[in-house]
Amino acid sequence: MVERQTLFARILPHVVLITGVCIVAFPVYLALLASTYDAATVQTGQMTLLPGNQMLQNYERILFSGTNSTTREPVGTMLMNSFIMAMVIALGKIAISLISAYAIVFFRFPFRMAAFWLIFVTLMLPVEVRIYPTYKIVADLQLLDTYTGLTLPLIASATATLLFRQFFMTVPEELVEASKIDGAGPYKFFKDTLLPLSVTTMAALFVIQFIYGWNQYLWPLLITTRDNMQTIVIGIKKMIVTQDALTEWQLAMATAVLALLPPVFVVVLMQKLFVKGLVETEK
Amino acid sequence: MASVVLEAVRKVYAGGVEAVKGLSLTIPDGSFTVLLGPSGCGKSTLLRMIAGLEEISGGAITIGGKKVNDVEPSERDIAMVFQNYALYPHMSVYDNMAYGLRNRGTAKEEIERRVAEAARMLAIEPYLQRKPRALSGGQRQRVAMGRAIVREPAAFLFDEPLSNLDAKLRVQMRLEIRKLHNRLKATSIFVTHDQVEAMTLADQVVVMNSGKIEQTGTPLEIYRRPASKFVATFIGSPAMNLFPGTIAAPGKVTLADGTGFAYDANVFDAKPGAKVEIGLRPEDAKASVAAPGRPKLVWEVTEELGATRLLHGMLAGSPFVLAMQADIDTPARELALEATPETVHIFDPESGRSLRRA
Repeated sequence: MVERQTLFARILPHVVLITGVCIVAFPVYLALLASTYDAATVQTGQMTLLPGNQMLQNYERILFSGTNSTTREPVGTMLMNSFIMAMVIALGKIAISLISAYAIVFFRFPFRMAAFWLIFVTLMLPVEVRIYPTYKIVADLQLLDTYTGLTLPLIASATATLLFRQFFMTVPEELVEASKIDGAGPYKFFKDTLLPLSVTTMAALFVIQFIYGWNQYLWPLLITTRDNMQTIVIGIKKMIVTQDALTEWQLAMATAVLALLPPVFVVVLMQKLFVKGLVETEK
Repeated sequence: MASVVLEAVRKVYAGGVEAVKGLSLTIPDGSFTVLLGPSGCGKSTLLRMIAGLEEISGGAITIGGKKVNDVEPSERDIAMVFQNYALYPHMSVYDNMAYGLRNRGTAKEEIERRVAEAARMLAIEPYLQRKPRALSGGQRQRVAMGRAIVREPAAFLFDEPLSNLDAKLRVQMRLEIRKLHNRLKATSIFVTHDQVEAMTLADQVVVMNSGKIEQTGTPLEIYRRPASKFVATFIGSPAMNLFPGTIAAPGKVTLADGTGFAYDANVFDAKPGAKVEIGLRPEDAKASVAAPGRPKLVWEVTEELGATRLLHGMLAGSPFVLAMQADIDTPARELALEATPETVHIFDPESGRSLRRA
């Protein structure tokens, strides 16, 4: 914009944005604060807005030994479980969706549109809807309490397939033809041209799907029974809802802060590619 | 280097649309052949069939004596330059040019030699490590041509490669393509809807209309001896004037108002009394002071084109355009027209074919 802005007009947007950030950030700050006091201070509500002095003790205890009563496993294991689950789901979804989108967009085969619509309608069938049959299958395959059982049913993804399909359809037909003339078959075209062009889309999907996997609650709750297969989201829930003991809020908050870190890390790391992947149309 | 021979080639699309209707054509070794026609005439389809990107519904295509109907595009020994360049956006210019050679298992030193040579020829050496998006349209076009050259193919196929460039660059690239062809002497097939490109580039022009060949010949043949009304009006700008007439006697054709032109009866075969259509190019008609008994042009609008001036008007009830030197003062509203007999064309109004003797 060329017109000169008054001081007020320049400050106002910042005031609005900063207020918004404060509203979102305050609960997070509170959780961080709570994780630095001892149990008694948090329980009696004597917490101030400045950090306490129990931070190191709290984090050390939660990471390596766990709470006294509810979760017998240290959070370190849970973090690892959640990380493995989120990674396998995200990478698995990308791999499967890439291949299926490639087939749907670039190959002419009978029932191609039928196949596409079959994938498309699964958008209406999230885990929660098909929970019983899925559980039955996983149980019959002896996959309860395994990483395979935790991840495999969540890998198929209509969303990712659709996103790749949309991207592939913007690849100019001439590029496919130039590849044909250059002697690149379907596999070489996929590897040499399509994959490098899809990097930003893959990054965007990775971020979305990693967080999706990390936030899974219902499915891990159902199929994990052993303590050492718990994910961190379930761990937090177990710590907060206790029937026969006091909730150790400082530990629950420390766990919550730890649970925040990997998704934040993934987003920060992939930010540039992520934004590019969602907005870029440069060919 | 090879000739390309098409025999009764047909293309029928799944919906039953016949895009190419049994077409035979020989493209001699080393020639520059331009397929010219309006959009939808089947010229691009034909080129894509030669390239192997479209299946052939009927007939045979032979490249260098080898029938290629069922041969993969990469095995046909052709290279193609696309309208939108179709460069691989994630590869450097060097890799774009080397990719096809690598896929064929060409030795590394040989690839380097060929890419370097093509880059020198096209003056794109400074950009070899850049990505296509860092290049201008003209540079991208050169890279696309470089990618074709390094393959050292039997035939180059160009699919309207200049239509994405601005007018100035188009003229420049047109000249360079011609120079390149003079140097490489490789068989080239060039598709365009631009008659100027066709006239300037071609050894042989193939004018196509709705899936069939209207006429094949050198640019001058096509211009001077159009075989049909379609060719006559498609080539030349502004288009040839067409107006009805009747053959009065061999060598003499009259217009609706009774005036007439002389034509060469040795060239055109028309019976006296026959209704015909007369063709006269705007630049072939000469204007003089109106006189009774002479074809009379009454003009309404002039268009100044710099070197020439166009007069739009009516001649015996039909629209007529006259091109004249712009340095002559604006003439009177009514003019007499004359034309030398060699420049008057006679067409059959039914079939649209020229009545030229075989």
